[in-house]
Amino acid sequence: MNVGKQIKEGLWSQNPVLVQLLGMCSTLAITTSFSNGLGMGVSVTIILTLSNVIISLLRKIIPDKIRIAAYIVVIATFVTMVDLLLQAYLPDIAESLGVFIPLIVVNCIILARAEAFASKNRVLPAAIDGLCQGFGYTLVLLVMSVIREFLGNGTFGAGLLNGGEGYKVFSSDYSALMMVMPVGGFLTLGVLIALMQWVQGRSAGKGGK
Amino acid sequence: MDWTKLLSIALGAILINNFIFAQFLGICPFMGVSKKMDTALGMGFAVTFVMGLASAICYFINLLLVRLGLEFMQTVAFILVIAALVQFVEMFLQKMMPALYEALGVYLPLITTNCAVLGVALLNVQNKYSFIESVVYGVTGGLGFLLAIVLFASIRERLDMVAEPPKCFKGFPIALITAGLMALAFGGFSGLQVF
Repeated sequence: MNVGKQIKEGLWSQNPVLVQLLGMCSTLAITTSFSNGLGMGVSVTIILTLSNVIISLLRKIIPDKIRIAAYIVVIATFVTMVDLLLQAYLPDIAESLGVFIPLIVVNCIILARAEAFASKNRVLPAAIDGLCQGFGYTLVLLVMSVIREFLGNGTFGAGLLNGGEGYKVFSSDYSALMMVMPVGGFLTLGVLIALMQWVQGRSAGKGGK
Repeated sequence: MDWTKLLSIALGAILINNFIFAQFLGICPFMGVSKKMDTALGMGFAVTFVMGLASAICYFINLLLVRLGLEFMQTVAFILVIAALVQFVEMFLQKMMPALYEALGVYLPLITTNCAVLGVALLNVQNKYSFIESVVYGVTGGLGFLLAIVLFASIRERLDMVAEPPKCFKGFPIALITAGLMALAFGGFSGLQVF
């Protein structure tokens, strides 16, 4: 077991969004404000860690043929719990994330980690894997939502900081509203992945020399 | 039956609130299966079919859940119904229409984890659609997906042939930028309304 390697893979070299290209729908849809990105990232991290633990515990009991259905039931249970908790304690975030909370069930990251890691490893590594991959996902969400909110509304941390108002960096008269519309999601993620490939290409080139 | 309402649901699902470009539902298969035209077509039709069926069946499942007072079980119940449904469709096609089954291949089981399918079932409940409206929304939402993936696949086929993007933009990033520009174009439909 190698915790450092798992952290590095989750945050950077095997980042679930930028490298494995999983969980696109929620990444593109909800990164319009800092609070949305944080809420979604934390929810997915919690669900991913818990489902990894349970699936790792049950890995010898679940028959191979119906394993996907069994994973989905475990994941759906945790998603329902998080959904109800959010509605009870953080109704604003639950409102703005809307249908994307129940849709965490079909977020490919969680099913992919269950299939590729949790079903083959012991409980502790599986839990750490869930945490690291979850943090990697959260990190991308935060970067994207900060960029899109800043360019699109001219604010930072709306709905969370400064009493829910967020800090106003420049007037919304000058902001590109396009960035908080669907277009902005595609463009920001495209540029981020290109940046990632550029950096990795450079470091691979250096290593080769 | 209120035809104008049905028409506005259909128009909304295909153009104005397109599942891909406005609601971000079903991006994974949209990106994954759009490299070639014929697979994109197959995936589009399969998704349309399953979305229509899932809308119809989940409508009755929801009635049952409401009667039992188990609305909080929606997500779990719907995803199980969809998984079972996809399995049945697969078995049915294999027996009755082997040609279509061959054409769809591996994409058929993957529809279970397509968030457009679960999304349409949840949105039907959220919007309080009747049975007919649910089915119309499901089928037209699928047609919107079909339109988007066919347009995108035809652009991508040309993109691979002739375009020379910077090295770091090759493959996925340039596809995302293309999708972004298409989303901008679809944004133009947002003023459209039916009365």
